[in-house]
Amino acid sequence: MTALSLLYSLVYQFGDNFAYLVLAALGLAVIFGMMGVINLAHGEFIMCGAYVTIISARHGLPLPLAMLLGALAAAIAGIIIERLVIRHLYDRLFDSVVATWAISLIVQQTMLLVAGPSLEGIGTPFGSFSLGDYSFSTYRAVLPAIALGILLALYWLFFRTNYGVCARATIQNARMAQCLGLRTDRLYTLTFALGAGLAGLTGALYAPTMTVVPTMGSNFIVQAFVAVVVGGANVIAGTTPAAGILAIIQTGLTASYGQLFGQIGLLVTVIIVIRLMPQGLGNLFSRSR
Amino acid sequence: MKQLELVSRGARRKRATSLSLKFLPWLVALGLPLIVDSNASGNFAYCLVWAFGAIGLAAMWGYGGILSFGQTAFFGLSGYAYGIIALNFGDSWITSWGSLLAALVVSVAAATLIGYMIFYGRIKGVFIGIVTLSITLVLETFMSQTAGPQWAIGAAKLNGYNGMGGMPQLTIPWHGGPLTLENTSFYYFVLALLALIYRVTRKLLDGPFGLTLIAIRENPQRAEMLGVDIRRHQLLIFVFGSTLGGLSGVLYTIWGSYITPSTMGLTSAALPVIWVATAGRKSIGGAIIGTALLVWLSQNLAVYGSQYALILLGSILLIVVLLAPEGLLPYVITHLRRLATRPQSNAVPEPQTALKAGRGSKS
Repeated sequence: MTALSLLYSLVYQFGDNFAYLVLAALGLAVIFGMMGVINLAHGEFIMCGAYVTIISARHGLPLPLAMLLGALAAAIAGIIIERLVIRHLYDRLFDSVVATWAISLIVQQTMLLVAGPSLEGIGTPFGSFSLGDYSFSTYRAVLPAIALGILLALYWLFFRTNYGVCARATIQNARMAQCLGLRTDRLYTLTFALGAGLAGLTGALYAPTMTVVPTMGSNFIVQAFVAVVVGGANVIAGTTPAAGILAIIQTGLTASYGQLFGQIGLLVTVIIVIRLMPQGLGNLFSRSR
Repeated sequence: MKQLELVSRGARRKRATSLSLKFLPWLVALGLPLIVDSNASGNFAYCLVWAFGAIGLAAMWGYGGILSFGQTAFFGLSGYAYGIIALNFGDSWITSWGSLLAALVVSVAAATLIGYMIFYGRIKGVFIGIVTLSITLVLETFMSQTAGPQWAIGAAKLNGYNGMGGMPQLTIPWHGGPLTLENTSFYYFVLALLALIYRVTRKLLDGPFGLTLIAIRENPQRAEMLGVDIRRHQLLIFVFGSTLGGLSGVLYTIWGSYITPSTMGLTSAALPVIWVATAGRKSIGGAIIGTALLVWLSQNLAVYGSQYALILLGSILLIVVLLAPEGLLPYVITHLRRLATRPQSNAVPEPQTALKAGRGSKS
């Protein structure tokens, strides 16, 4: 029984790390992979989703609905920002990155002024279950399944729907897609909104489990970057194995040497991966372009 | 013939104004401590300390087309290195200067390692940005976790999130006891160092090395076909620029006798990018002036709360990126010049090649 619960505890921690890496990275990976833009306001979309979720849940909305509302709010914020700022910078990639950083600073600091340093949270739902000597949070045990569900949904979206085909056509050759009558500007807006909405959903999903503060986005950003760097520009074929491998490394190191070495392990992995596979893991799985 | 005379006279006048423009900021900087008290000079020194990292970023971004978000990583690395070495080896003048050099060597080594991974791994464009930023952020997380007595290197306690303090200041031997560089004397030391670095950087970037860098920025493939080893050039400018970021960190640590992990955080990492983007990334002198002004401005605004300064800086950056992508200072100068030349009907239209040359933000 002890051996079993110890084993499950490792699986649980792996699942937890995996879910965190996947969820943190997906929004960033969609926007980077599809549009080439590194969205440094990623953390602020996460924060937006978390705030909307908490506030609407405390106004009596059922939690799943509140989470959807949070994701929706982030997606709408994404549409606004894409229309106002990012749209003008598509031919200047560096500037688009810098602009999203400016947005991140403005939003984060304004939230600090307006909303104060922290928000009273809502408890983690579903309680906990125990196995042997260990006790686990049910909600966090379910999160990896949700992460996998979102990955499957994205796969379906990109490979089985009309939007997905058009979006992939636009990444491959925007001008050609335009000549064939696709409205690429609208596709870019939709894709940016999708990425922002995914970030918002991440915030919404983690809102019950952590203290919601205006700077909470930075907690996610390291993991998100690490996963995207290791995964490369390929959204699904890159992010999933990257998150899996990184979660194994992090779980193993954390279990044997502590949290700190888990973090260092991530950094070392990033440095080794960029030297050996500069295009990221995703490149191993996709045809060379 | 008359036309020619006009041209040469105009050129001479232009050269005279540009010469005086070139020396005016340095003269103002030299004279500043004469009109303010020594505390205020210490504060101005603080504004100038950040300029080194900005020069480094302008050289990397404006000339090499490498947008590094890692300036603050080297800032923190060298700052901590100075603190650790100086705290362990006492505060005689030799050790304080030795620590300064050793801290820079740490930055050189780290930049060479990271740069080797990046450029010899053929990482390009914005990806360099995320790689450097993730390294910076992991370094910040790492340093924040170093609380507790087990995190001490010799006599230096790292102190986790609260940061490390009590480093000795720079001293120079003097008859009648060593002289500590602080306030006004530290200001002049930083100014002299800044002038030196400015000359060196200009020399480097205006020479064949800088031209090669521009060629690489404009078209890496063409440069490679012409026989340029682009990876070596990019690595060299990355090490150069990053080490200047490290120099900023050492001077900051000396100035305030403390360093904290938050100097490497996401917000701090944005600041050099904001300064350089605002001042215009193609101008080294502009980067110095812009950085000093913006740091001074944020310092004054921080009295009301650091949020206001950051919101303002963020808004400036957004406006600059959308309206004046070459930077605010070059934008203002071009417009002023256009205004100044419009009334004279027989003025010779001057080719503004220098300003238009290479909008090299392609990646």
